[in-house]
Amino acid sequence: MAVKTLFDKIWDNHIVKTVNAGPDVLYIDKHFIHEVTSPQAFAGLEKRKIAVARPDQTIATADHNVPTKDQHLPIKDALSRKQVETLTKNCERHGVNLYGLNHPYQGIVHVIGPELGITQPGLTIVCGDSHTSTHGAFGAIAFGIGTSEVEQVLATQCILQPKPKKMRITIKGDLVKGVEAKDLILYIISKLSTSGGNGYFVEYAGSAIESLSMEGRMTVCNMSIEMGARGGLIAPDQTTFDYLQGREFAPKGKDFEKSKKEWLQLRTDEGAVFDKEITFDASDITPMITYGTNPGMGIKIADAIPSEKSFEDDSEKSTFIKSLDYMGLQSSEKLLGKPVDYVFIGSCTNARIEDLRTVAEIVAGKQKATNIKAFIVPGSKQVEKQAIKEGLDKVFEASGFELRQPGCSACLGMNEDKIPKGAYCVSTSNRNFEGRQGPGSRTFLASPQTAAATALTGVITDISRLN
Amino acid sequence: MKKFNKIDSTIVPLPVENVDTDQIIPARFLKATTREGFGENLFRDWRYLPDGSPKTGFILNDPSVKGEILVAGKNFGCGSSREHAAWSIEDYGFRVVVSSFFADIFKNNALNNGVLPVQVSQVFLNGLFQIFETNQTAKISVDLEKQIITNNDTGDSEHFEINEYKKYCLTNGYDDIDYLLSIKEEIATFEKN
Repeated sequence: MAVKTLFDKIWDNHIVKTVNAGPDVLYIDKHFIHEVTSPQAFAGLEKRKIAVARPDQTIATADHNVPTKDQHLPIKDALSRKQVETLTKNCERHGVNLYGLNHPYQGIVHVIGPELGITQPGLTIVCGDSHTSTHGAFGAIAFGIGTSEVEQVLATQCILQPKPKKMRITIKGDLVKGVEAKDLILYIISKLSTSGGNGYFVEYAGSAIESLSMEGRMTVCNMSIEMGARGGLIAPDQTTFDYLQGREFAPKGKDFEKSKKEWLQLRTDEGAVFDKEITFDASDITPMITYGTNPGMGIKIADAIPSEKSFEDDSEKSTFIKSLDYMGLQSSEKLLGKPVDYVFIGSCTNARIEDLRTVAEIVAGKQKATNIKAFIVPGSKQVEKQAIKEGLDKVFEASGFELRQPGCSACLGMNEDKIPKGAYCVSTSNRNFEGRQGPGSRTFLASPQTAAATALTGVITDISRLN
Repeated sequence: MKKFNKIDSTIVPLPVENVDTDQIIPARFLKATTREGFGENLFRDWRYLPDGSPKTGFILNDPSVKGEILVAGKNFGCGSSREHAAWSIEDYGFRVVVSSFFADIFKNNALNNGVLPVQVSQVFLNGLFQIFETNQTAKISVDLEKQIITNNDTGDSEHFEINEYKKYCLTNGYDDIDYLLSIKEEIATFEKN
């Protein structure tokens, strides 16, 4: 039998057919939808007078534009309210399960799929959101799609996709204490650039990946898209099975044992060939932070911003200059000690319970700096509930952090949660694009530890130097 | 979807790398439930001041620059999967985007909306930016059938790639859903096995 990569095993298993000289017709096991990228797809179905093909394989939630305060009240913003109402109506009409506002399972789509056990090894998963790559942490093929493709999947449970190339990124050795999954992925992206993964599906491997918790693996896979990759995945192992066992929609009892046997086959065979292989040494990774306006513009937190002279290519140099101009930073400047205005802990990258625990541990018994506005937006109702159960809400409140209600929030500023023009925000989210967190906002991407430490000191802080 | 065959047009140059979808259409403009009208907010924050008045110096605000071909720096369309980016480009009136590199999801979204992404070499791309500097009215032709883009002013041309299936769809104005619905029985058989 031919040796195969993990990616090939899952992809090939889902090919309905290959179009002559064209893409594959790929069967989709789970389709997550939300209020922002689905209304036009449902409208397309109405126009064609067809129903959702597999409502039982479609899962909906409201996350992108929802307020993170007073969720029990009607949404104030008329356009947001209309999108959420449209989603509710569409789900009712087509028999799709909706975990809408105020439902105990509501939350960011890439947080709720895994925590409900819907995301499982070996599945194909899509969603009209580029961070769908998160679900790859379970050894699934998961990728973001556009609205026309959402319509394809709603209509036929299939999608037309050319098969991507395969890349393996191996992280050898062990992460240094104090280095988080977020630092690991920011490090990889800084090495590959924002386009280095273009055309590829990435498998993450090596001891540093294997030693990550499921939530850490999700953080890594989540940001695959930030280097241009279609998605990222990690072979399932005991950590995966332990996480899944007992979750609402995971197989139970004998079925779980049977599934586990199948899941154990989901590994890249010895000798399987990748189109590209890259290896990094975990010991080189330190806490990271971005300085520019794409996620590839990252540095070790103690390093200085690169010098303008280090760019040989003219257009790369002009991108660099434009970026620093927007950020109000200087070439060769150090970021440690730089005052910031906001700290945002949230998003599908870092708003899970472990992230909140990490922050609570650092800030417990301490006060945030007076120049900082710090808010924490849990990834889901279940994360919020668990945080309260553990008393984290009290810790945050005592330290001057505001704990909000679940949603995408200031990651993309579709709701009221925006960073003002010119203000600096250390954010645990995934994108530092111009205006991403609000028009004129300036974002430093970092880990929850770095964000928490910065909130306490009021300036960009290296967690390892925090007393 | 509109059919696409051949286009001769002046170009609108945007020599910026890594143009992400948040620049093409910021998230706060994604609140519509229809596909129409996104063109007015294309490149919103580069194009308008916070009070809504046009920013002088941005290429789309120059009344002398018009065309159906947008020419941009490498890695165009990175970031979010929002198809609104492709809708805004199409709605504004562009039929072709030329770059030396496209982000994958954007490329799919563009093709699904009758907008042709044409990937060219960095040298050819630089040539397009240069020709605009000397002659704003220079025309570029994009021939989908022959898969050739030609700088009519210099006569330079380059072959571009597109998969046969997508070419067929664009040429005939078909979309993927038409095709997938036509193989419903094969999908049902796959589901049974």
